[in-house]
Formats: sequence, C-alpha cells, structure tokens
Amino acid sequence: MTSPNPALTGQVSDYLKRRARWTPLEIAFWIFAFATIWLFPSKYLILKDTAILALFALSLDLILGYAGIISLGQAAFFGFAGYFAGLVAKYGFITEPVLALMAAGLVAAALGFVTSFLVLRGSDLTRLMVTLGVSLMLGEVANRYSNITGGADGLQGVDIEPVFGRFRFDLYGHNGYVYCLIVLFICFVVARRVVYSPFGLSLRAVKGNPLRSSAIGIPVKWRLVAIYTFAAGIAGIAGALLTQTTAFCSLDVFSLDRSADLLLVLIIGGTGYLYGGLIGAVIYKFLQDWIANLTPQYWQFWIGLVLVVIVLIGRDRMQAWIATALGALENIGPRTIARPAKLAAPDGK
Amino acid sequence: MVWGPLCVSCYDGLSRGGVDEIMLTILFDGVAYGMLLFVLACGLSVTLGLMNFINLAHGAFAMAGGYCTVILVNRYGVPFALGLPLAFLVTALIGGLFERTLYVHVYARPHLDQVLFTIGLVFMSVAAVDYTMGSSQQFVQIPDALTGQINVLGIGMGKYRLLIIAICGLLTIALQLMLTKTRFGSRLRAAVDDQRVARGLGINVGAVFGLTFAFGSGLAGLGGALGAEILGLDPTFPLKYMIYFLIVVTVGGTSSITGPFFASILLGIGDVAGKYYVPKLGAFVIYAIMIVVLIWRPQGLFARATAK
Repeated sequence: MTSPNPALTGQVSDYLKRRARWTPLEIAFWIFAFATIWLFPSKYLILKDTAILALFALSLDLILGYAGIISLGQAAFFGFAGYFAGLVAKYGFITEPVLALMAAGLVAAALGFVTSFLVLRGSDLTRLMVTLGVSLMLGEVANRYSNITGGADGLQGVDIEPVFGRFRFDLYGHNGYVYCLIVLFICFVVARRVVYSPFGLSLRAVKGNPLRSSAIGIPVKWRLVAIYTFAAGIAGIAGALLTQTTAFCSLDVFSLDRSADLLLVLIIGGTGYLYGGLIGAVIYKFLQDWIANLTPQYWQFWIGLVLVVIVLIGRDRMQAWIATALGALENIGPRTIARPAKLAAPDGK
Repeated sequence: MVWGPLCVSCYDGLSRGGVDEIMLTILFDGVAYGMLLFVLACGLSVTLGLMNFINLAHGAFAMAGGYCTVILVNRYGVPFALGLPLAFLVTALIGGLFERTLYVHVYARPHLDQVLFTIGLVFMSVAAVDYTMGSSQQFVQIPDALTGQINVLGIGMGKYRLLIIAICGLLTIALQLMLTKTRFGSRLRAAVDDQRVARGLGINVGAVFGLTFAFGSGLAGLGGALGAEILGLDPTFPLKYMIYFLIVVTVGGTSSITGPFFASILLGIGDVAGKYYVPKLGAFVIYAIMIVVLIWRPQGLFARATAK
C-alpha cells in the first residue's frame, strides 16, 4: 500500500470540515428552539414532552437513518434508564439530577452494548423481533419485581433534588423545559459530531452495502455495535429526563406503542439528517395534542391513518418535497458544498 | 381483569390434585392453545415466506373474525356452527379486499415501510373497534353442549378445547394436503421457493398471492372466532397477540407449514406451563426462549436451507 497523497488527504479533511460546518438554517433552528422558552410560557409541559420525544427520536435516527437497523425496541433503553433514574433518586444513591442523568445514560449504553450483539445477525424481521422481545422482557421483569418498581401502579415517591442544587423543577415546568432543552442540545451536538466524523461516513457505507464496506476494510460488526451502544445511551438519557421531570415512572415506558410512535415521529420528520427526529417530534406532539382535543378516546385511529397515508404516498417522495423546500431556503444563503474534483473522480490521474 | 391465554381448566386440574394430572392438563391445554395459534398464524407465515412481506396487522383480521362471530351469534342468533364458517368467509373477503386495494402497493417497499403501514392499520383497527363495539371484553355464546368437561383416561378435558383440537387438527391436515397434493399448492410452493423463476414459468404470482392472503386472513378470522373464548376478545387483541404470531412465524420458519405447526405447539405448551409454574414472570419465559432461538438459528428452528 502506498503512503497517502498529502494533497489528497488535505482535500479530504477540508471536505469533511466544510461538510460539518453549521449552516445558517441550523443556527436559526436552534435560536428559535431556545426562543420558545420566552415565546410560549403557557405551553411548557407539551414543549418539555416534545423535547424528550425529540431526543428519543434522535437516538432511533442514529441507528435507523445512519446504520439501517430497524428497531421496535428502543423503548427498552428508554424505560430501563427511566427506572434507573427514578430508583437512584428515590433511594438517594445519586441525588444530583445531572449526575444521575449521566449515570442513567451510561447504564442504558451498557445495556445497549450487551444487546447489540443480538441485532447483528439475521434479517430485518429477526431484528424487529429481537428488539421488541428485549423491551417486552424488561417490561415483564419490571412487572415481576413490583416491590421495587411499583409494578402496574408505577414508581411513586420519587423526589428529585434541584439541578446543581439551585434550580428546582417547578409546577409550571419552566425549569424542567429549560433543563430538557439544554440536554437535548448537548446530545444533539455530540450526535452531530459523531455522524459528521469519518466514523459517521463509514456507517453510511455500512448501511448502503455491508459486504462492500467490509471489503474496503470497515469493521462492520464493531461499527454497528458502537452506534447501537451510543444510540442506546441517548435513548436512556431521554428516558431519565422523563422520569426526572415528572418524578414518576410507569410500566408503559416499555410498551410497544412507545416504540411504534417513535417510528412515526421519525417518518414524519425524515431519517438520516438528524433534524428529522426533532422536526417530527414537534409535528407529532402538536398533531397528537390537536387530535386528542377533538377525539380524546380515538386519537390512535388518526395516528394510524397518518402512518398509512404516509406510506402510500411514499416516504421518498415526501422527502423529495422537503428537500426541494429546504433547497430553496438554503439558496438564500450563499453557501453550497462542492465535492473536491479529485474525490469525485479518483482514478482520473 | 386480564384474561390471559391460561384459562379455567388448569385450576380444575389443580383442585383434583395429582401431579401427573396437572401435567397432563397443562399438556392438553397447551396443545389446544398451540393449535389455535397455528390456525391464527399460518396465513402470516405463508404471506411472509411468499412476498417477504412483514404484516404486523395479521391480528386485526383475527379480531375481525372474532367480532363477526360475536355479532352474528349473540345479536342475530345465528347458530354457533354456522358462525364459524361465516367468520372465515367474511374475514377472507375483507382480507382479499385489503390485499387488492392497499397491500398491493406496499409489497415492493422496504421493510420499514411495511412495518409502518401495517402498524398504522393495527392502530386504526384498534380504535375503530373500540368506537363501534366498546372497549369491554366480548364473549361468544357457546352452545351448552360444548361447555363442561368430559373424562378421558381419568383427565378432565374441556369439551370446547377438544373441539378446538379437532377442528384445528383437521384444518392442519387439509392445509398440508392442499399444499402437497393440489396444483395450486405446487404453484404456491414454487412461488415461495423462488418467485422470479416461478414467474418465468408462467405462474401468476400476484394472483396466487392474493388468494393465499385472503385464505390466510380467513383462517385468522376463524381462529379469532374459535379463540375468543380462550384468548379473550377486546379491541387490543391485535397488539396483544402480534408478538405471539410473529414468534410462531420466526421460530417456525416460512418454508413449510410443519415448521410453524411445531413452533405453535411448543409455544402453546411453553406458555401455559410457564404461566402455571412461574405465574409472576408472565410471558418472560416465552420471550427469552424466542430470543435464544433467534440468536441460535436466525432463519427459524425448522427452516430448510433455501436458495435465497
């Protein structure tokens, strides 16, 4: 093997850097997101739920949109870390919420690492079954040890200390929302860093064609294990956030509905560009809120209808519409990314 | 109150004492339950094997059959013996209609789309049934002749369960004969083994699939009608039993009907025994076994090596 051409290496890293630069649209998105703290003070509760759902959807996007793993069991990590956060707060092991949050993320990531080996083999259906099976099993375990988890009544008596000893979760949800939003932003930045790195690019290659990517030297198995573990950690943080901000955790964190809704969120927003989960969560939450106001009992019907219609129209077609709309917006800004000529035609020497 | 698959006759066995009797009763109930699962799920295994289509909404057809029988028998006084074939027919018609109008657009799509589409259908069916029939548990009025127990070799056997075993056993034999002896069966097997070659030989795979889908839905409907008494029938039925159908299919493999049949019997006995001996763990045992089997043999326990 010849030593890498320094000019080409420079071009590649230059390309990667430019690719990872924040666009004006992204910056505007986050400015608006933080502006909601002052813009909608009466909507903190739904905004908080939206932020948690967005973080949860981000975790699924990492494995579905970037690694191509279909999962119906992301709720396993969500619920596991949710119970963990509730239990450590209840029994006073870790009283500081931020530390507990990190610990919950680590615990969920550890569970993700262990179960990641289960999803490496088999077809899409096998993966669906195994991921679903893991979350159902955890649900059964939580139900079995109801003396610890509270069983069907949920985990009660959770007392969450103020964040950093200063910011107590108030009744109006202001501090809770700000806390969730900041955590969401930090996790997003980390996830963005990961997917724009060469590691992220190799994941896309694996998604495109596992056989060819292993032929060019990508360790497919370990890449999948790594991203699955990372995504599990993010899902865990989302679950812990829910427990901390509501001071409650119930068995439905493991339910199939939760994982299925998550898929819907991601499909509404689109997969594989990180913002899909965020935008999808906003649309989904407000759609759900609106429908639930119209028909409190039967909102699931309309959610199902949305799913069916989306599939019948075609996700790629919808994504093309969104891409056109976004492209029109991007063109207002002066920036376009061109691939270096040499990268586009590597054998043109 | 949740009416699980484990039903009253286990406790009858208990009251009579005797370890062997309890075990035999569990075996008997497990076989009845497993046969029921097979009739419910075999349509799914064929559609999955044939089109590689993940249909999570299969349970919705079973529920349709169950509610159809409830309406016919309880409300209009149709005899139970007539209600069962009607449940089959109505569900098969609904299945065929859905296949031609909706499913046909989704076959070529990625698995993710199929999962979303069919989960959407499940959500809609759950809410729609809740809206029209209410969320409470429904019971089919079973003729008096079928209630109670009879003693066979010293074990009390529920008459209704015996009927289930008889009907499902006959159906299994009929299905097996249909698959192996008839022209349609050989077309179907050819299409499952290699769709492209089958098409090349002039087999109309689309029509074979449509018919099979309708027939499989009909069987699910019949299973739902028969099983309303044992499995419990309420609007969440498709969600509650989805995982069971999928276990039958994934563990049994999709290349034959004997695979899903043995998988169903195993699942039935395992579930009844698990819920009897370790009731607190619930379905944990089943999920654990499923995961182990899938890790060990991702293509299913009874799968032949296929060309795919």
